[in-house]
Amino acid sequence: MNEAEKKLLEEVSALHEIPQIYNIRLNGKLVARAVDSDVNIESKADKDGINIYVKQGTKNKSVHIPVIVSQKDIKDKVFNDFYIEDNCDILIVAGCGISCNGNSSAGHNGIHSFYIGKNCNVRYVEKHIGDGDNLAKRELDPVTNIVLGENSTLKMETSQLRGVTRSIRTTKATLDKNAKLFIKESMLTDDKDFVRSVFDVELNGMDSKVDIVSRSVAQGSSRQEFVSTVSGKNKCFGHVECDGIVSDGGMILSTPTIVAEDKDAMLVHEAAIGKISDSQIEKLMTLGLSKEDAEREIINGFLR
Amino acid sequence: MLELQNICYEIVENNKKKKILDNVSLSIADGELVVITGPNGSGKSTLSKIIMGLIKPTSGKILYKGKDITNISICERAKMGISFAFQQPVQFKGLTVKDLIDIASCKKNTVIEACEFLSKVGLCAREYIDRPLDSKLSGGELKRIELALVLAKNGELNICDEPEAGIDLWSFDALVRLFGERTKTYLVISHQKRLIEIADKIILLKNGVIDAQGDFKNLQDKLTNQVCDRLGGEA
Repeated sequence: MNEAEKKLLEEVSALHEIPQIYNIRLNGKLVARAVDSDVNIESKADKDGINIYVKQGTKNKSVHIPVIVSQKDIKDKVFNDFYIEDNCDILIVAGCGISCNGNSSAGHNGIHSFYIGKNCNVRYVEKHIGDGDNLAKRELDPVTNIVLGENSTLKMETSQLRGVTRSIRTTKATLDKNAKLFIKESMLTDDKDFVRSVFDVELNGMDSKVDIVSRSVAQGSSRQEFVSTVSGKNKCFGHVECDGIVSDGGMILSTPTIVAEDKDAMLVHEAAIGKISDSQIEKLMTLGLSKEDAEREIINGFLR
Repeated sequence: MLELQNICYEIVENNKKKKILDNVSLSIADGELVVITGPNGSGKSTLSKIIMGLIKPTSGKILYKGKDITNISICERAKMGISFAFQQPVQFKGLTVKDLIDIASCKKNTVIEACEFLSKVGLCAREYIDRPLDSKLSGGELKRIELALVLAKNGELNICDEPEAGIDLWSFDALVRLFGERTKTYLVISHQKRLIEIADKIILLKNGVIDAQGDFKNLQDKLTNQVCDRLGGEA
């Protein structure tokens, strides 16, 4: 792995901290793997990808599965399935760093499926980073499928900040009784980038809950589309919040849909899109920042 | 420290010129507490924003520490030591109270350091430090955080636009003590009699002109009759 690849790896997966359990994929091939007695990782026999098995009652473990794509004209596609048994408390760090320049293209399509048992507490951090000039095409199409068991909580933090030229992101989830799903998505596009982010959540179980907060910044002439559907099929609570900042010739389209199929389903959506307000910039300028630094601080805070 | 020379500010309303400030001149010495008061619409906030650079005057000159700052930017004025607490604090999605304190003081504060600024304005600091500065905070909380930012910035001339609005009596006492310390120069827009009473100089603005200026003793009758009573100024 060269220095540029190592840097990408650090950024997407915090691997400088030397994790206990990991699976590193570089340019379509497995380059390193470590497992322990509680978490096992196996390559799939029939297609590219891995199965991750987390034993019942596993606590305070972190699993890192970064992907680096640094060769041009690679279109990597993997199926990663997580089988998390009951009563686990774990952190999963995934993500993809993709780098290419000039008249070339590279892509990664990670299809992650989570089968989470009962009484689990899972935090899933997913970072997507693109690196290179604006001549190359860097394409990421992550799919996240979630089956969340009774009394389990999944906190998903997903970010894609600059450098990915085209991306279709899909997240689907079904929630069982008293399951709770929290999703925080941060997107920043620039130049001619395009991102479409689709969420489809079914609240099947009684007292299930979902909270989706999407923060997006569209700069240059980039375009973002946020499409969410939350269906309440029981006594449940769903909240979708889509906030966007547009600048230059950027564009954000937000279409949140909520579907109540039960009289006790309580579903809320909020969407607010606009430019950075002058008063916010002025406030930070009164604290000594230049206009440019003020805008940067506001966007960094917004996307955090 | 600060001198305003013949400040005028005009706007166009319904195709007609309207004077918001008309030939306002005043000076503030180092360490003074100056209160600008006057009826609503008299030009107080506009004047304070002109000093900070948030509004450009139509004519006139602003001298700060002897330097003409009339045409320099907000952030340059901030770097020269002018601070500003907004009448209606600005909210941010994402930026936390600690972020703003760090920006104001130009350094990464420890939690203990950051908490000191909040404690001084009557906030139980640890409850606030990581909270975003957004609409989940009450108006009074936002107001006090706004003042904490002025303290964190440690400026030499601190402009506060109606700092008492929305804060409770206990916090108001702390505010009066803070302004009374005279460790910095304060220019405060206020209708509050207790602040007016402790001011070194009171400037009474009416219809964009200075109607009177002096200390409380000299202006007591005029202020009591014309402003404080009418505006319900007792804290």
